[in-house]
Amino acid sequence: MEVAVENIVHKFTKAISDNFSGGVFPENVRNKALADLQENRFPTTRDEYWKYTRVKRISTKSFKTQHGKISSIESMKITDLDSNVVVFVNGFFAPQFSDLNILKNSGVEILSQSKIEPKFVEDSGHIFDQLNQAFATDGVQIHVAKNVVLEKPVEIIHIQTGNEVMNNLFHNIEVERHAQAQIVMSFYSSDAENCFTNLNTTIRVQDGAHLRVSKIQTEDNSNYHISTENVSQEANSNFTINTITLGGELVRNNLNIKVDGQNCETNLHSAYILKENQHIDNHTVVDHRVPNCVSNELYKGVIDDKATAVFNGKVFVRMDAQKINAFQSNGNVLLSNDATINSKPELEIYADDVKCSHGSTTGQLDEKAVFYLRSRGMGEKQARELLVQAFVGDVLEKLDEPVRNSVEQILETRFGWEVMA
Amino acid sequence: MLKINNLHASIDGKEILKGLTLTVKPGEVHAIMGPNGAGKSTLASVLAGKDDYEISEGSVDFEGKDLLEMEPEDRAREGLFLAFQYPVEIPGVSNINFLRAALNAKREYHKMEPLSAKDFMALVREKSKIVELDAKLASRAVNEGFSGGEKKRNEIFQMAMLDPKLSILDETDSGLDIDALRIVANGVNTLKSENNATIVITHYQRLLDYIVPDFVHVLYNGKIVKSGPKELALELEEKGYDWIKAELGETV
Repeated sequence: MEVAVENIVHKFTKAISDNFSGGVFPENVRNKALADLQENRFPTTRDEYWKYTRVKRISTKSFKTQHGKISSIESMKITDLDSNVVVFVNGFFAPQFSDLNILKNSGVEILSQSKIEPKFVEDSGHIFDQLNQAFATDGVQIHVAKNVVLEKPVEIIHIQTGNEVMNNLFHNIEVERHAQAQIVMSFYSSDAENCFTNLNTTIRVQDGAHLRVSKIQTEDNSNYHISTENVSQEANSNFTINTITLGGELVRNNLNIKVDGQNCETNLHSAYILKENQHIDNHTVVDHRVPNCVSNELYKGVIDDKATAVFNGKVFVRMDAQKINAFQSNGNVLLSNDATINSKPELEIYADDVKCSHGSTTGQLDEKAVFYLRSRGMGEKQARELLVQAFVGDVLEKLDEPVRNSVEQILETRFGWEVMA
Repeated sequence: MLKINNLHASIDGKEILKGLTLTVKPGEVHAIMGPNGAGKSTLASVLAGKDDYEISEGSVDFEGKDLLEMEPEDRAREGLFLAFQYPVEIPGVSNINFLRAALNAKREYHKMEPLSAKDFMALVREKSKIVELDAKLASRAVNEGFSGGEKKRNEIFQMAMLDPKLSILDETDSGLDIDALRIVANGVNTLKSENNATIVITHYQRLLDYIVPDFVHVLYNGKIVKSGPKELALELEEKGYDWIKAELGETV
């Protein structure tokens, strides 16, 4: 048994290694990750952290490292968003589509041109993190200097193309004291099948800094995506992340936020809208280690056909972390009898003067509301769409307008929704 | 306009309407009164197309078309309107956007061009005055956080916007104070014309002081057991429904 398990990882890493050279991590980090991989195995549903998500679809494939060609990013750039664009195709920086000069002035570096410092490497023991450290081909390092307010958002477009290609990317984002920045990350497929994006991002929001991140995951439904964000917040900082998941056959988001300073605000908003055989798994951790902070978590999902969603949200309030206000809510609407949601909100509180709440709801569309809308002349399909949109509306309205418009555009083409908002 | 003939309807195997017959002509106001459980709201729901009910017998002809064959939205587009007894709260759906979609769906059905944003807003301003509905309410989420009176005024506002041929008011008076009742009734009276008709379903005679019916029908045990002029409502108020039961030879 041991031998067989080892072989799967070995086979997996060998396929990726073939075309791989360099990478963004220093040699010693890479070598350690490669050595750790030899000892590791892919998780199964017997592992609590992967209880509802099977990765066999990923682990049995032979992904390769491969450059890809894209003719245009026109349809992928967010319309009306005045941003500085960085594009990665199959995990490799695509300078021809990127605003290179402006980016440098904004504190954005391309990692393949300047290796990541080992201090940003986390040793989690997770196989996908190890794969990332061993095989990350590129990424960005965004460094917003003290007191700088980044005028335009940085828009990072990730594109996968080809067949059985793995994209390993690493981003490092640091917003220094009292600086302010906004980052949009989008994920697309272009003639991609069975491609796998494995992204690790470390984020540090320093004292008094503000950072807003919006993620739009809209890869085609035959592709895989695992994202891990490790965020740490220092005192008086404000961090918001909006995760909109619309595409991908298997998507897993690991969002780990450590709130390490007092008077922080943390916002996690997400909408996932699934159909066909999609499987989306959101694991979030908000770790309140110190007093006097606020966190708001709102995850909402609409699940149709045979799709499955997983929500596992943990909130820790450590001993002596008093006066914490932590709110968490996960709401789901199932549109078909075969749709599934596994929702597990978890609060672990070790302080005694806190205000925390969590809730999870799962239901169907309100048939009384459907009838009410129809009785006014609205067609049944339109009425149902409108109610679904209204359900995720309070998440979508957290997005900035151009981003929101872009999401609505995707909903229109992907799900045939007529936008009414 | 509307011909209901020998209508039988049941829910979960229980027969509620047991051979109801009613004819409504343009320009008329009909009041349907009756005790609780007589089938008043069932009648409203069946006419609007709620699919919880099974129609075992009878027919409903609306403007020459078989109403029971139509989807609820097509009934609305053909000119039927139900003011709900309990209007549904729909968080996140703006009253205005939903009404615009509904109105344009109706126009499309009648092969008319959609209303421009400007014309639509002009119509909203005009019609919201009829029920003294605050413009702010019009743009909020459908019925969300509305008081009972505001919800009923919103129903009549929607009615005004959609300009139906036949309006069915299902216990629109329930839960209203006298001021709200007056506003709602005034709205209904303003919208009345010789081309449209109204069915007022109510438990109490009070509403009929404000919306004066041409005919009063007593619905009891799934059938219309007595019809008469508007004075019948007063008589009912005075003598109570037991009087009807006694007249029907039932022991009370």
